[in-house]
Amino acid sequence: MPSAIRIEELTKDYAIGFWRRRSYRALDRLTLDIESGEVFGFLGPNGAGKTTTLKLLMQLIFPTSGRAEILGRPVGDITTRRRIGYLPENPSFYDYLTAEELLGYFGELFGYSGPDRRKRVSGLLDRVGIGAERRLQLRKFSKGMIQRVGIAQALLNDPEVVFLDEPMSGLDPLGRRDVRQLILELRDQGRTVFFSSHILADAEALCRRVAVVAGGRLAASGALADILAFQVHGWELVMSGASPDLVSRVKPAIRRATEISPGRYSLELSLDQPPDRILAELTAAGASLVSLNPMRDTLEDFFMKRVAEMGTGARAPHAEETRASR
Amino acid sequence: MRAVRVVAVNVFRESVRDRVPYNLVLFAVLLIGSSYLIGQLTAGQDVKIIKDLGLAATSVFGLFIAIFIGIGLVSKEVERRSIYALLSKPVSRAQFIIGKYAGLVLTLAVNVSVMAVAVYVILGYMVWTEPPTIRAGWDAPGIDPALLKAIFLIFIELMLVTAIALFFSTFSSPILSAAMTFGLYVAGHFNSDLKNFERVVSSKTAARLARGAYHILPDLSAFDVKTEVVHGLPVTFGYLGSTALYGLAYVAALLLVSTFIFSRRDFK
Repeated sequence: MPSAIRIEELTKDYAIGFWRRRSYRALDRLTLDIESGEVFGFLGPNGAGKTTTLKLLMQLIFPTSGRAEILGRPVGDITTRRRIGYLPENPSFYDYLTAEELLGYFGELFGYSGPDRRKRVSGLLDRVGIGAERRLQLRKFSKGMIQRVGIAQALLNDPEVVFLDEPMSGLDPLGRRDVRQLILELRDQGRTVFFSSHILADAEALCRRVAVVAGGRLAASGALADILAFQVHGWELVMSGASPDLVSRVKPAIRRATEISPGRYSLELSLDQPPDRILAELTAAGASLVSLNPMRDTLEDFFMKRVAEMGTGARAPHAEETRASR
Repeated sequence: MRAVRVVAVNVFRESVRDRVPYNLVLFAVLLIGSSYLIGQLTAGQDVKIIKDLGLAATSVFGLFIAIFIGIGLVSKEVERRSIYALLSKPVSRAQFIIGKYAGLVLTLAVNVSVMAVAVYVILGYMVWTEPPTIRAGWDAPGIDPALLKAIFLIFIELMLVTAIALFFSTFSSPILSAAMTFGLYVAGHFNSDLKNFERVVSSKTAARLARGAYHILPDLSAFDVKTEVVHGLPVTFGYLGSTALYGLAYVAALLLVSTFIFSRRDFK
Protein backbone atom coordinates (compact mmCIF):
# COMPACT_ATOMS: atom_id res chain seq x y z
CA MET A 1 0.00 0.00 0.00
CA PRO A 2 1.42 3.43 -0.87
CA SER A 3 1.66 5.99 1.90
CA ALA A 4 -1.03 8.63 2.08
CA ILE A 5 0.74 10.50 4.86
CA ARG A 6 4.40 10.31 5.86
CA ILE A 7 5.67 12.08 8.92
CA GLU A 8 9.37 11.99 9.68
CA GLU A 9 10.93 13.25 12.90
CA LEU A 10 8.41 16.10 13.04
CA THR A 11 9.22 18.46 15.89
CA LYS A 12 7.63 21.68 17.02
CA ASP A 13 9.03 24.02 19.64
CA TYR A 14 7.28 27.14 20.84
CA ALA A 15 8.97 30.06 22.53
CA ILE A 16 7.11 30.91 25.71
CA GLY A 17 7.47 33.69 28.27
CA PHE A 18 7.68 37.39 27.61
CA TRP A 19 10.91 38.53 29.26
CA ARG A 20 12.63 35.18 29.75
CA ARG A 21 12.00 33.33 26.52
CA ARG A 22 12.17 29.58 26.91
CA SER A 23 11.52 26.80 24.53
CA TYR A 24 8.55 24.50 24.96
CA ARG A 25 8.44 21.32 22.90
CA ALA A 26 4.88 20.61 21.78
CA LEU A 27 5.84 17.73 19.49
CA ASP A 28 8.96 15.64 19.72
CA ARG A 29 10.34 13.78 16.67
CA LEU A 30 7.09 12.18 15.59
CA THR A 31 7.42 9.59 12.85
CA LEU A 32 4.37 7.95 11.31
CA ASP A 33 3.39 6.32 8.07
CA ILE A 34 -0.28 6.15 7.18
CA GLU A 35 -1.30 3.88 4.36
CA SER A 36 -3.63 4.88 1.61
CA GLY A 37 -7.23 3.83 2.26
CA GLU A 38 -6.96 3.20 5.98
CA VAL A 39 -8.74 4.76 8.92
CA PHE A 40 -5.96 5.77 11.27
CA GLY A 41 -6.64 6.81 14.85
CA PHE A 42 -4.34 9.37 16.38
CA LEU A 43 -4.91 9.08 20.08
CA GLY A 44 -3.78 10.89 23.14
CA PRO A 45 -4.98 12.87 26.13
CA ASN A 46 -5.71 16.56 25.87
CA GLY A 47 -2.54 18.51 25.19
CA ALA A 48 -0.63 15.46 23.94
CA GLY A 49 0.32 17.04 20.63
CA LYS A 50 -2.51 15.77 18.41
CA THR A 51 -3.75 19.17 17.28
CA THR A 52 -0.17 20.40 16.90
CA THR A 53 0.47 17.50 14.52
CA LEU A 54 -2.64 18.24 12.50
CA LYS A 55 -1.81 21.93 12.34
CA LEU A 56 1.67 21.04 11.11
CA LEU A 57 0.15 18.83 8.42
CA MET A 58 -2.14 21.68 7.37
CA GLN A 59 0.81 24.08 7.60
CA LEU A 60 -1.06 26.33 9.98
CA ILE A 61 2.17 26.18 11.98
CA PHE A 62 5.68 25.46 10.77
CA PRO A 63 7.88 22.66 12.09
CA THR A 64 11.05 23.35 14.03
CA SER A 65 12.52 20.30 12.33
CA GLY A 66 11.45 17.20 10.48
CA ARG A 67 9.23 16.87 7.47
CA ALA A 68 5.88 15.56 6.37
CA GLU A 69 4.28 14.58 3.09
CA ILE A 70 0.68 14.16 2.06
CA LEU A 71 -0.01 12.10 -1.07
CA GLY A 72 3.67 12.21 -1.92
CA ARG A 73 3.89 16.02 -1.85
CA PRO A 74 5.39 18.16 0.90
CA VAL A 75 2.82 19.71 3.24
CA GLY A 76 1.90 23.21 2.23
CA ASP A 77 1.71 22.32 -1.44
CA ILE A 78 -1.37 24.20 -2.64
CA THR A 79 -2.24 21.61 -5.30
CA THR A 80 -2.45 18.89 -2.63
CA ARG A 81 -5.13 20.89 -0.84
CA ARG A 82 -7.52 20.11 -3.67
CA ARG A 83 -7.23 16.46 -2.64
CA ILE A 84 -7.55 16.74 1.12
CA GLY A 85 -10.17 17.76 3.65
CA TYR A 86 -9.66 19.07 7.17
CA LEU A 87 -11.93 19.47 10.15
CA PRO A 88 -10.22 21.64 12.78
CA GLU A 89 -10.71 20.99 16.49
CA ASN A 90 -13.75 22.90 17.80
CA PRO A 91 -14.29 24.49 14.41
CA SER A 92 -15.44 28.05 14.11
CA PHE A 93 -16.64 29.67 10.92
CA TYR A 94 -18.02 32.97 9.69
CA ASP A 95 -21.05 33.44 11.88
CA TYR A 96 -22.62 35.94 9.48
CA LEU A 97 -22.90 33.26 6.79
CA THR A 98 -25.50 30.54 6.57
CA ALA A 99 -24.35 26.91 6.37
CA GLU A 100 -25.24 26.92 2.71
CA GLU A 101 -23.29 30.11 2.05
CA LEU A 102 -20.24 28.85 3.94
CA LEU A 103 -20.05 25.68 1.92
CA GLY A 104 -20.77 27.67 -1.23
CA TYR A 105 -17.86 29.98 -0.37
CA PHE A 106 -15.48 27.06 0.10
CA GLY A 107 -16.89 25.42 -3.03
CA GLU A 108 -16.00 28.51 -5.03
CA LEU A 109 -12.44 28.25 -3.72
CA PHE A 110 -12.31 24.77 -5.18
CA GLY A 111 -13.58 26.21 -8.46
CA TYR A 112 -16.90 24.39 -8.59
CA SER A 113 -19.38 25.96 -10.96
CA GLY A 114 -22.79 27.18 -9.73
CA PRO A 115 -25.02 24.13 -10.32
CA ASP A 116 -22.33 21.61 -9.33
CA ARG A 117 -21.56 23.62 -6.21
CA ARG A 118 -25.18 23.87 -5.16
CA LYS A 119 -25.65 20.13 -5.69
CA ARG A 120 -22.58 19.26 -3.64
CA VAL A 121 -23.51 21.65 -0.85
CA SER A 122 -27.06 20.43 -0.66
CA GLY A 123 -26.03 16.76 -0.74
CA LEU A 124 -23.42 17.18 1.96
CA LEU A 125 -25.68 19.15 4.26
CA ASP A 126 -28.27 16.40 3.88
CA ARG A 127 -25.58 13.83 4.60
CA VAL A 128 -24.53 15.46 7.89
CA GLY A 129 -28.12 16.02 8.97
CA ILE A 130 -28.46 19.79 8.53
CA GLY A 131 -32.01 20.35 7.30
CA ALA A 132 -33.92 23.59 7.00
CA GLU A 133 -31.41 25.23 9.37
CA ARG A 134 -28.99 25.46 6.45
CA ARG A 135 -30.49 28.88 5.66
CA LEU A 136 -29.85 30.23 9.17
CA GLN A 137 -26.75 32.23 10.00
CA LEU A 138 -24.15 30.09 11.76
CA ARG A 139 -24.31 32.35 14.84
CA LYS A 140 -27.63 30.64 15.58
CA PHE A 141 -26.12 27.13 15.41
CA SER A 142 -25.38 24.90 18.40
CA LYS A 143 -21.92 23.42 18.89
CA GLY A 144 -23.03 20.06 17.56
CA MET A 145 -24.50 21.63 14.43
CA ILE A 146 -21.31 23.61 13.82
CA GLN A 147 -19.40 20.34 14.13
CA ARG A 148 -21.66 18.79 11.48
CA VAL A 149 -21.09 21.78 9.18
CA GLY A 150 -17.36 21.39 9.86
CA ILE A 151 -17.49 17.78 8.75
CA ALA A 152 -19.45 18.75 5.62
CA GLN A 153 -16.90 21.39 4.61
CA ALA A 154 -14.09 18.85 5.09
CA LEU A 155 -15.75 16.54 2.56
CA LEU A 156 -16.75 19.19 0.04
CA ASN A 157 -14.09 18.31 -2.54
CA ASP A 158 -14.40 14.50 -2.32
CA PRO A 159 -11.00 14.39 -0.63
CA GLU A 160 -8.68 11.44 -0.95
CA VAL A 161 -7.33 12.09 2.54
CA VAL A 162 -9.51 13.45 5.33
CA PHE A 163 -8.04 14.91 8.50
CA LEU A 164 -10.51 15.09 11.36
CA ASP A 165 -9.43 16.69 14.62
CA GLU A 166 -11.67 15.36 17.39
CA PRO A 167 -14.59 14.73 15.01
CA MET A 168 -16.95 13.51 17.76
CA SER A 169 -16.46 16.56 19.92
CA GLY A 170 -19.69 18.34 20.79
CA LEU A 171 -21.89 15.67 19.24
CA ASP A 172 -24.75 13.87 20.97
CA PRO A 173 -24.86 10.03 20.85
CA LEU A 174 -26.87 10.13 17.64
CA GLY A 175 -24.38 12.48 16.06
CA ARG A 176 -21.48 10.28 17.15
CA ARG A 177 -23.11 7.28 15.58
CA ASP A 178 -23.65 9.23 12.35
CA VAL A 179 -20.03 10.35 12.22
CA ARG A 180 -18.78 6.83 12.88
CA GLN A 181 -20.96 5.62 10.05
CA LEU A 182 -19.66 8.39 7.81
CA ILE A 183 -16.03 7.52 8.55
CA LEU A 184 -16.72 3.87 7.73
CA GLU A 185 -18.35 4.95 4.46
CA LEU A 186 -15.27 7.00 3.63
CA ARG A 187 -13.13 3.95 4.31
CA ASP A 188 -15.34 1.82 2.08
CA GLN A 189 -14.91 4.40 -0.68
CA GLY A 190 -11.14 3.90 -0.41
CA ARG A 191 -10.39 7.25 1.23
CA THR A 192 -7.78 7.69 3.92
CA VAL A 193 -9.05 9.03 7.22
CA PHE A 194 -6.65 10.38 9.81
CA PHE A 195 -8.55 11.31 12.90
CA SER A 196 -7.48 12.42 16.32
CA SER A 197 -9.41 11.59 19.43
CA HIS A 198 -9.09 11.13 23.12
CA ILE A 199 -12.17 8.94 23.08
CA LEU A 200 -10.74 5.48 22.75
CA ALA A 201 -14.00 3.72 22.04
CA ASP A 202 -14.14 5.60 18.74
CA ALA A 203 -10.75 4.25 17.75
CA GLU A 204 -11.71 0.74 18.82
CA ALA A 205 -14.83 0.95 16.67
CA LEU A 206 -13.20 2.45 13.59
CA CYS A 207 -9.47 1.83 13.26
CA ARG A 208 -7.24 -1.00 12.30
CA ARG A 209 -4.14 0.97 13.18
CA VAL A 210 -3.58 3.66 15.75
CA ALA A 211 -0.81 5.82 17.16
CA VAL A 212 -0.83 6.97 20.74
CA VAL A 213 0.88 10.23 21.63
CA ALA A 214 1.50 11.52 25.09
CA GLY A 215 3.48 14.54 26.14
CA GLY A 216 4.31 15.37 22.54
CA ARG A 217 5.92 12.00 21.90
CA LEU A 218 4.83 8.84 20.21
CA ALA A 219 3.96 6.31 22.90
CA ALA A 220 2.94 3.47 20.60
CA SER A 221 1.79 2.83 17.08
CA GLY A 222 0.64 -0.14 15.09
CA ALA A 223 -2.34 -2.40 14.57
CA LEU A 224 -4.88 -2.01 17.33
CA ALA A 225 -5.01 -5.79 17.77
CA ASP A 226 -1.20 -5.97 18.09
CA ILE A 227 -1.07 -3.23 20.66
CA LEU A 228 -3.73 -4.96 22.70
CA ALA A 229 -2.25 -8.47 22.16
CA PHE A 230 0.77 -7.52 24.19
CA GLN A 231 -1.47 -6.45 26.96
CA VAL A 232 -2.85 -9.89 28.03
CA HIS A 233 -2.39 -9.91 31.77
CA GLY A 234 -4.28 -13.00 32.86
CA TRP A 235 -7.15 -15.41 32.32
CA GLU A 236 -10.75 -15.36 33.31
CA LEU A 237 -12.34 -18.72 34.00
CA VAL A 238 -16.09 -18.89 34.48
CA MET A 239 -17.30 -22.15 36.07
CA SER A 240 -20.72 -23.39 37.06
CA GLY A 241 -21.68 -26.11 39.54
CA ALA A 242 -18.73 -25.28 41.78
CA SER A 243 -19.16 -25.52 45.55
CA PRO A 244 -17.69 -22.88 47.90
CA ASP A 245 -15.43 -25.58 49.34
CA LEU A 246 -14.03 -26.39 45.91
CA VAL A 247 -13.36 -22.71 45.21
CA SER A 248 -11.64 -22.37 48.62
CA ARG A 249 -9.43 -25.32 47.74
CA VAL A 250 -8.10 -23.77 44.56
CA LYS A 251 -8.02 -20.21 45.96
CA PRO A 252 -4.22 -20.13 46.60
CA ALA A 253 -3.65 -20.58 42.86
CA ILE A 254 -6.03 -17.87 41.71
CA ARG A 255 -5.90 -14.10 41.89
CA ARG A 256 -9.55 -13.42 42.59
CA ALA A 257 -12.78 -15.36 42.84
CA THR A 258 -16.16 -13.71 42.44
CA GLU A 259 -19.44 -15.46 42.95
CA ILE A 260 -21.69 -14.44 40.08
CA SER A 261 -24.69 -16.51 41.24
CA PRO A 262 -25.02 -19.61 43.45
CA GLY A 263 -22.55 -22.22 42.16
CA ARG A 264 -21.33 -19.93 39.34
CA TYR A 265 -17.92 -18.31 39.80
CA SER A 266 -15.62 -16.02 37.91
CA LEU A 267 -12.01 -16.92 38.67
CA GLU A 268 -9.15 -14.66 37.66
CA LEU A 269 -5.76 -16.24 37.10
CA SER A 270 -2.51 -14.46 36.65
CA LEU A 271 -0.65 -14.78 33.34
CA ASP A 272 2.07 -17.02 34.80
CA GLN A 273 -0.56 -19.45 36.02
CA PRO A 274 -1.69 -21.62 33.07
CA PRO A 275 -5.42 -22.33 33.40
CA ASP A 276 -5.22 -25.99 32.31
CA ARG A 277 -4.29 -27.45 35.70
CA ILE A 278 -6.97 -25.60 37.69
CA LEU A 279 -9.53 -26.30 35.00
CA ALA A 280 -8.72 -30.01 35.21
CA GLU A 281 -8.98 -29.95 39.00
CA LEU A 282 -12.33 -28.14 38.94
CA THR A 283 -13.91 -30.32 36.27
CA ALA A 284 -12.69 -33.45 38.08
CA ALA A 285 -14.58 -32.19 41.14
CA GLY A 286 -17.81 -31.83 39.15
CA ALA A 287 -17.75 -28.21 38.04
CA SER A 288 -18.44 -27.29 34.41
CA LEU A 289 -16.60 -24.82 32.21
CA VAL A 290 -18.70 -21.86 31.05
CA SER A 291 -15.98 -19.78 29.44
CA LEU A 292 -12.24 -19.21 29.40
CA ASN A 293 -10.92 -15.90 28.12
CA PRO A 294 -7.62 -14.06 28.14
CA MET A 295 -7.86 -10.86 30.16
CA ARG A 296 -6.64 -7.91 28.09
CA ASP A 297 -6.10 -4.29 28.86
CA THR A 298 -8.63 -2.16 27.14
CA LEU A 299 -7.20 0.61 25.03
CA GLU A 300 -8.23 2.86 27.89
CA ASP A 301 -6.00 0.92 30.32
CA PHE A 302 -3.15 0.88 27.84
CA PHE A 303 -3.51 4.55 27.27
CA MET A 304 -3.48 5.44 30.95
CA LYS A 305 -0.49 3.18 31.58
CA ARG A 306 1.60 4.67 28.80
CA VAL A 307 0.72 8.20 29.81
CA ALA A 308 1.66 7.41 33.40
CA GLU A 309 4.93 5.79 32.25
CA MET A 310 5.81 8.94 30.36
CA GLY A 311 5.03 11.04 33.41
CA THR A 312 2.72 13.45 31.64
CA GLY A 313 -0.67 12.47 32.89
CA ALA A 314 -1.80 16.01 33.59
CA ARG A 315 0.82 17.65 31.38
CA ALA A 316 2.11 19.65 34.31
CA PRO A 317 4.14 22.75 33.48
CA HIS A 318 7.25 21.28 35.13
CA ALA A 319 6.98 18.23 32.92
CA GLU A 320 6.85 20.42 29.85
CA GLU A 321 9.89 22.34 30.96
CA THR A 322 11.76 19.16 31.69
CA ARG A 323 11.02 17.92 28.22
CA ALA A 324 11.92 21.21 26.65
CA SER A 325 15.28 21.29 28.40
CA ARG A 326 16.24 17.82 27.16
CA MET B 1 -6.77 34.99 -9.14
CA ARG B 2 -10.04 33.19 -8.49
CA ALA B 3 -9.11 32.62 -4.85
CA VAL B 4 -8.37 36.34 -4.42
CA ARG B 5 -11.72 37.28 -5.95
CA VAL B 6 -13.66 34.75 -3.86
CA VAL B 7 -12.02 35.92 -0.62
CA ALA B 8 -12.58 39.57 -1.58
CA VAL B 9 -16.27 39.05 -2.30
CA ASN B 10 -16.66 37.38 1.08
CA VAL B 11 -15.06 40.38 2.83
CA PHE B 12 -17.53 42.62 1.03
CA ARG B 13 -20.40 40.38 2.07
CA GLU B 14 -19.15 40.44 5.66
CA SER B 15 -19.08 44.24 5.69
CA VAL B 16 -22.64 44.35 4.36
CA ARG B 17 -23.81 41.81 6.96
CA ASP B 18 -22.01 43.78 9.66
CA ARG B 19 -24.11 46.76 8.61
CA VAL B 20 -21.18 48.90 7.48
CA PRO B 21 -23.35 50.58 4.80
CA TYR B 22 -25.40 52.08 7.65
CA ASN B 23 -22.70 54.73 7.85
CA LEU B 24 -24.01 56.00 4.52
CA VAL B 25 -27.32 56.84 6.15
CA LEU B 26 -25.48 58.79 8.83
CA PHE B 27 -23.46 60.51 6.11
CA ALA B 28 -26.60 61.50 4.20
CA VAL B 29 -28.32 62.81 7.36
CA LEU B 30 -25.21 64.83 8.26
CA LEU B 31 -24.95 66.29 4.79
CA ILE B 32 -28.64 67.14 4.40
CA GLY B 33 -28.90 68.55 7.92
CA SER B 34 -25.80 70.69 7.63
CA SER B 35 -26.72 71.96 4.16
CA TYR B 36 -30.05 73.13 5.55
CA LEU B 37 -28.39 74.86 8.50
CA ILE B 38 -25.61 76.40 6.42
CA GLY B 39 -28.20 77.63 3.93
CA GLN B 40 -29.80 79.57 6.77
CA LEU B 41 -26.57 81.11 8.02
CA THR B 42 -24.56 82.25 5.05
CA ALA B 43 -25.14 83.75 1.64
CA GLY B 44 -22.94 82.88 -1.32
CA GLN B 45 -20.39 80.83 0.65
CA ASP B 46 -22.71 77.94 1.44
CA VAL B 47 -21.81 75.91 -1.64
CA LYS B 48 -18.11 76.05 -0.71
CA ILE B 49 -18.87 74.95 2.82
CA ILE B 50 -21.01 72.06 1.56
CA LYS B 51 -18.22 70.97 -0.81
CA ASP B 52 -15.72 71.20 2.02
CA LEU B 53 -17.95 69.36 4.41
CA GLY B 54 -18.91 66.70 1.87
CA LEU B 55 -15.29 65.93 0.97
CA ALA B 56 -14.14 66.01 4.60
CA ALA B 57 -16.98 63.69 5.65
CA THR B 58 -16.18 61.30 2.78
CA SER B 59 -12.60 61.22 3.99
CA VAL B 60 -13.44 60.76 7.70
CA PHE B 61 -16.15 58.13 7.20
CA GLY B 62 -13.84 56.26 4.83
CA LEU B 63 -11.02 56.52 7.33
CA PHE B 64 -13.13 54.92 10.06
CA ILE B 65 -14.05 52.05 7.77
CA ALA B 66 -10.46 51.61 6.58
CA ILE B 67 -9.04 51.55 10.10
CA PHE B 68 -11.71 49.73 12.05
CA ILE B 69 -12.42 47.06 9.49
CA GLY B 70 -8.84 46.95 8.21
CA ILE B 71 -7.41 46.05 11.62
CA GLY B 72 -9.84 43.14 11.95
CA LEU B 73 -9.33 41.71 8.48
CA VAL B 74 -6.68 39.24 9.55
CA SER B 75 -6.82 39.27 13.35
CA LYS B 76 -10.54 38.45 13.44
CA GLU B 77 -9.96 35.42 11.22
CA VAL B 78 -7.19 34.22 13.51
CA GLU B 79 -9.09 34.95 16.73
CA ARG B 80 -12.26 33.15 15.70
CA ARG B 81 -10.12 30.41 14.09
CA SER B 82 -12.06 30.55 10.84
CA ILE B 83 -8.69 30.78 9.12
CA TYR B 84 -7.95 27.12 9.96
CA ALA B 85 -10.54 25.72 7.59
CA LEU B 86 -9.94 28.43 5.01
CA LEU B 87 -6.20 27.83 4.69
CA SER B 88 -6.75 24.10 4.28
CA LYS B 89 -8.48 24.96 1.00
CA PRO B 90 -6.49 25.79 -2.15
CA VAL B 91 -5.71 29.34 -1.01
CA SER B 92 -2.17 30.54 -0.41
CA ARG B 93 -1.47 32.95 2.40
CA ALA B 94 -0.54 35.62 -0.16
CA GLN B 95 -3.89 35.14 -1.92
CA PHE B 96 -5.62 35.38 1.44
CA ILE B 97 -3.94 38.70 2.27
CA ILE B 98 -4.54 40.22 -1.15
CA GLY B 99 -8.13 38.95 -1.23
CA LYS B 100 -8.83 40.42 2.20
CA TYR B 101 -7.35 43.72 1.10
CA ALA B 102 -9.23 43.77 -2.21
CA GLY B 103 -12.50 43.04 -0.38
CA LEU B 104 -12.14 46.04 1.88
CA VAL B 105 -11.08 48.24 -1.02
CA LEU B 106 -14.25 47.11 -2.82
CA THR B 107 -16.30 48.07 0.26
CA LEU B 108 -14.58 51.46 0.36
CA ALA B 109 -15.13 51.98 -3.37
CA VAL B 110 -18.87 51.40 -3.02
CA ASN B 111 -18.97 53.60 0.07
CA VAL B 112 -17.02 56.47 -1.47
CA SER B 113 -19.06 56.27 -4.70
CA VAL B 114 -22.35 56.53 -2.84
CA MET B 115 -21.00 59.44 -0.78
CA ALA B 116 -19.84 61.21 -3.93
CA VAL B 117 -23.28 60.81 -5.45
CA ALA B 118 -24.82 62.17 -2.23
CA VAL B 119 -22.55 65.25 -2.34
CA TYR B 120 -23.48 65.91 -5.96
CA VAL B 121 -27.19 65.52 -5.21
CA ILE B 122 -27.00 68.12 -2.43
CA LEU B 123 -24.97 70.44 -4.67
CA GLY B 124 -27.49 69.95 -7.47
CA TYR B 125 -30.27 70.92 -5.11
CA MET B 126 -28.36 74.09 -4.12
CA VAL B 127 -27.73 75.03 -7.74
CA TRP B 128 -31.41 74.56 -8.42
CA THR B 129 -32.53 76.70 -5.46
CA GLU B 130 -29.92 79.51 -5.54
CA PRO B 131 -30.67 82.57 -7.75
CA PRO B 132 -28.37 83.10 -10.78
CA THR B 133 -26.89 86.28 -9.24
CA ILE B 134 -25.45 84.30 -6.30
CA ARG B 135 -24.33 81.44 -8.55
CA ALA B 136 -22.35 83.97 -10.61
CA GLY B 137 -20.26 84.83 -7.54
CA TRP B 138 -19.09 81.22 -6.94
CA ASP B 139 -15.35 80.42 -7.46
CA ALA B 140 -16.25 77.15 -9.18
CA PRO B 141 -19.43 75.70 -10.65
CA GLY B 142 -21.86 74.21 -8.13
CA ILE B 143 -21.81 70.77 -9.74
CA ASP B 144 -18.09 70.81 -10.32
CA PRO B 145 -16.55 67.68 -11.95
CA ALA B 146 -13.24 68.72 -10.36
CA LEU B 147 -14.62 67.40 -7.05
CA LEU B 148 -14.04 63.95 -8.48
CA LYS B 149 -10.30 64.68 -8.47
CA ALA B 150 -10.40 65.22 -4.72
CA ILE B 151 -12.61 62.16 -4.24
CA PHE B 152 -10.24 60.08 -6.35
CA LEU B 153 -7.26 61.03 -4.19
CA ILE B 154 -9.30 60.47 -1.01
CA PHE B 155 -9.98 56.97 -2.28
CA ILE B 156 -6.29 56.31 -3.01
CA GLU B 157 -5.44 57.60 0.46
CA LEU B 158 -8.03 55.25 1.97
CA MET B 159 -6.49 52.38 0.02
CA LEU B 160 -3.18 53.28 1.58
CA VAL B 161 -4.62 53.53 5.10
CA THR B 162 -6.30 50.13 4.60
CA ALA B 163 -2.95 48.63 3.59
CA ILE B 164 -1.36 50.13 6.72
CA ALA B 165 -4.12 48.71 8.95
CA LEU B 166 -3.80 45.31 7.27
CA PHE B 167 -0.03 45.40 7.68
CA PHE B 168 -0.28 45.99 11.43
CA SER B 169 -3.04 43.41 11.81
CA THR B 170 -0.78 40.67 10.42
CA PHE B 171 1.33 40.72 13.56
CA SER B 172 -0.35 42.70 16.34
CA SER B 173 -3.60 42.91 18.29
CA PRO B 174 -6.57 44.90 16.93
CA ILE B 175 -6.24 47.66 19.54
CA LEU B 176 -2.54 48.09 18.93
CA SER B 177 -3.11 47.97 15.18
CA ALA B 178 -5.77 50.69 15.41
CA ALA B 179 -3.50 52.90 17.52
CA MET B 180 -0.52 52.43 15.21
CA THR B 181 -2.56 52.95 12.05
CA PHE B 182 -4.13 56.11 13.41
CA GLY B 183 -0.72 57.32 14.60
CA LEU B 184 0.75 56.72 11.17
CA TYR B 185 -2.21 58.47 9.57
CA VAL B 186 -1.62 61.58 11.68
CA ALA B 187 2.15 61.43 11.15
CA GLY B 188 1.57 60.95 7.43
CA HIS B 189 -0.40 64.17 7.25
CA PHE B 190 2.42 66.11 8.88
CA ASN B 191 5.08 64.28 6.93
CA SER B 192 5.91 67.19 4.65
CA ASP B 193 6.91 69.19 7.75
CA LEU B 194 9.66 66.63 8.41
CA LYS B 195 11.26 67.37 5.06
CA ASN B 196 12.61 70.71 6.16
CA PHE B 197 12.97 69.89 9.83
CA GLU B 198 16.54 71.27 9.90
CA ARG B 199 15.06 74.74 9.70
CA VAL B 200 13.44 74.36 13.12
CA VAL B 201 16.03 72.22 14.98
CA SER B 202 19.72 72.81 15.51
CA SER B 203 20.63 69.13 16.09
CA LYS B 204 21.90 67.52 12.92
CA THR B 205 20.99 64.05 14.21
CA ALA B 206 17.39 65.11 14.79
CA ALA B 207 17.27 66.66 11.34
CA ARG B 208 18.69 63.49 9.80
CA LEU B 209 16.21 61.31 11.71
CA ALA B 210 13.37 63.55 10.57
CA ARG B 211 14.58 63.32 6.99
CA GLY B 212 14.74 59.51 7.29
CA ALA B 213 11.22 59.43 8.71
CA TYR B 214 10.08 61.66 5.85
CA HIS B 215 11.29 59.10 3.34
CA ILE B 216 9.83 56.10 5.17
CA LEU B 217 6.46 57.44 6.31
CA PRO B 218 3.74 57.89 3.72
CA ASP B 219 3.17 61.50 2.68
CA LEU B 220 -0.59 61.62 3.12
CA SER B 221 -0.84 65.39 2.74
CA ALA B 222 -0.16 64.86 -0.96
CA PHE B 223 -3.58 63.24 -1.27
CA ASP B 224 -5.38 66.24 0.17
CA VAL B 225 -6.49 68.57 -2.66
CA LYS B 226 -9.80 69.49 -1.08
CA THR B 227 -8.93 73.19 -0.63
CA GLU B 228 -7.73 73.55 -4.23
CA VAL B 229 -10.82 71.86 -5.64
CA VAL B 230 -13.29 73.78 -3.47
CA HIS B 231 -11.71 77.14 -4.39
CA GLY B 232 -11.54 76.29 -8.08
CA LEU B 233 -7.73 76.14 -8.18
CA PRO B 234 -6.18 73.83 -10.79
CA VAL B 235 -5.19 70.25 -9.94
CA THR B 236 -3.47 68.76 -12.96
CA PHE B 237 -4.00 65.22 -14.20
CA GLY B 238 -0.24 64.83 -14.05
CA TYR B 239 -0.36 65.50 -10.31
CA LEU B 240 -3.27 63.11 -9.88
CA GLY B 241 -1.43 60.40 -11.81
CA SER B 242 1.89 60.76 -10.00
CA THR B 243 0.22 60.93 -6.55
CA ALA B 244 -1.91 57.88 -7.34
CA LEU B 245 1.18 56.00 -8.51
CA TYR B 246 3.00 56.95 -5.31
CA GLY B 247 0.04 55.69 -3.26
CA LEU B 248 -0.28 52.45 -5.19
CA ALA B 249 3.47 51.78 -4.96
CA TYR B 250 3.25 52.26 -1.21
CA VAL B 251 0.24 49.91 -1.07
CA ALA B 252 2.13 47.29 -3.09
CA ALA B 253 5.12 47.52 -0.75
CA LEU B 254 2.90 47.19 2.32
CA LEU B 255 1.06 44.20 0.89
CA LEU B 256 4.37 42.57 0.05
CA VAL B 257 5.68 43.00 3.59
CA SER B 258 2.31 41.93 5.07
CA THR B 259 2.37 38.78 2.96
CA PHE B 260 5.97 38.09 3.95
CA ILE B 261 5.14 38.37 7.67
CA PHE B 262 1.86 36.48 7.39
CA SER B 263 3.39 33.64 5.38
CA ARG B 264 5.73 32.86 8.26
CA ARG B 265 3.24 33.16 11.04
CA ASP B 266 2.18 30.24 13.25
CA PHE B 267 -1.49 30.00 14.16
CA LYS B 268 -1.18 28.52 17.64
